[in-house]
Amino acid sequence: MRMKKYTRTHEWVEIEGKVATVGITNHAQEELGDVVYVDLPEVGKEVKKGDVVASIESVKAAADVYAPLSGKITEVNERLETEPELINKDAEGEGWIFKMEIADESELSDLLDEQAYKEFCEQK
Amino acid sequence: MKHPYIPHTEEDIREMLDFIGVSSIDDLFSEVPVSTRSSLNLPKSQDEFTVFTHLKGISKRNADLEEYTVLLGAGIYKRYVPSVVYDLAMKPEFLTAYTPYQAEISQGTLQALFEYQTMVCELTGMEVANSSMYDGATALAEAVLMCFRLTGKEKVLVARSVHSEYREVLGTYLKTRGFRIDEIGYDDTGRVVLEDIDDETAAVVVQYPNFFGVIEDLEYVRKKTQNTMMVVVVEPVSLAILEPPGNFGADVVVGEGQSLGIPMWLGGYSLGIFATREKYVRQMPGRLIGETVDAEGNTSYTMILQTREQHIRRAKATSNICSNHAHAALIAAVYLSVMGPEGLKEVAKRSYDAAHYLQEKLEERGFRKKFSGDFFSEFVFEVPEDYPERWKKMMEKKILGPLPLERMYPELGSVALACATEMTTKDDIERFLEAMR
Repeated sequence: MRMKKYTRTHEWVEIEGKVATVGITNHAQEELGDVVYVDLPEVGKEVKKGDVVASIESVKAAADVYAPLSGKITEVNERLETEPELINKDAEGEGWIFKMEIADESELSDLLDEQAYKEFCEQK
Repeated sequence: MKHPYIPHTEEDIREMLDFIGVSSIDDLFSEVPVSTRSSLNLPKSQDEFTVFTHLKGISKRNADLEEYTVLLGAGIYKRYVPSVVYDLAMKPEFLTAYTPYQAEISQGTLQALFEYQTMVCELTGMEVANSSMYDGATALAEAVLMCFRLTGKEKVLVARSVHSEYREVLGTYLKTRGFRIDEIGYDDTGRVVLEDIDDETAAVVVQYPNFFGVIEDLEYVRKKTQNTMMVVVVEPVSLAILEPPGNFGADVVVGEGQSLGIPMWLGGYSLGIFATREKYVRQMPGRLIGETVDAEGNTSYTMILQTREQHIRRAKATSNICSNHAHAALIAAVYLSVMGPEGLKEVAKRSYDAAHYLQEKLEERGFRKKFSGDFFSEFVFEVPEDYPERWKKMMEKKILGPLPLERMYPELGSVALACATEMTTKDDIERFLEAMR
């Protein structure tokens, strides 16, 4: 089963079985402006939900990317090392940041669906 | 107006207080404990003439080192600064406390700092340099913190032959945060002795030339630190004739830049030099100026990689150093450009020659050199037990003699650290030898 969820810290999470692919939302990349650098996590790192795992620098700001779930980092998007602008071009596709193995599926219930995330952004 | 330098009238103050809903100035400071507010114990204000007279009286109690024979270095050096350096560096356009965030109005300052960074890289043999830190000691502390960030380890090995005050500052920075500092010893040559290094160690710190003036063997240090970061503390003038640490593969080079045109000024303010490898640049503390082009394609300068810094990343900044000694760096840039590579070599050679001449003369009189290693412009020699008293007496004759080391290095017995620079004359040396009889 595949599903796409969102966090209140503006990450998107695509879940496929035990694996989650994570990036920042299109809304977040618009707020950040031109991305110039992405600091990627290390593959194999164990993270807890809410940990800072990556950071994104734009011409005007720096933002942290938080782990939406607990688990182990299994892959990172190495293209971002040389093409950080992928995040602006396609935040929710080619601009994915890392993949992780989900440790605790019960955490999924804390995530927002697309409608809830949309409403969350409008309130801000 | 209640005060000549504060432009607000009583009405202005009233209006502001009313606006924020506070009844008096005292209430505005109610958060500050009363004991703190009244403990400044300052005298009543006085007119300018009276204050100047008072301050001049105080400053007369300082020794003017222009009038002294100075054979003491230990981190701060009496060097000659060509007068053109200050004619340029003290131009009012440069004397601003403003941080050059707005590139469009700061091109002069930015270019000067960029040139400074470039010259630091050339001197140290490194790839990137920041646009200054407070001084050599704090630059070292920041370098070690950077090594901790990069390696994820929490222990550092520091040579005992590194300036003891630098080691103290390092302790102040690290110990309260739970980091560990271990010391490395030295042998009869005065150089470090490195055992096998465990994999808990983030970095090894050596000084080159070290506090004893001895030139460390950086090739040996690099060999012994294959899996550890290598941090080298330098004296920039010496690098005009010594092989730069970058050529030996140093990871970070830091140092005190006072030698580069900055007066002794009672030991500060001075200039912290910090240079590293490009691959570490995002973990480098401090400001960085870069060269780019403007909208019309002209070469121009701007602060870069600012996302590392506190004004953007707040508590998560790479380092909480959010200021630098920009004007000191600018003085250094002017000094270096006035001297040029050849001029700086000349300064280094003369310092070297004067120190070696002084050492020979002392040896002839039975004051033996303590260490066998090659030295640059400072050396440790054996002195009689009553030397500390003599040293104080010499000051009455306007001789600031070699530094007694018993407080810093009790294990060495009665020794002193002598220093000569390009300003040391034969007369100076004769006067000192006479005082040592």
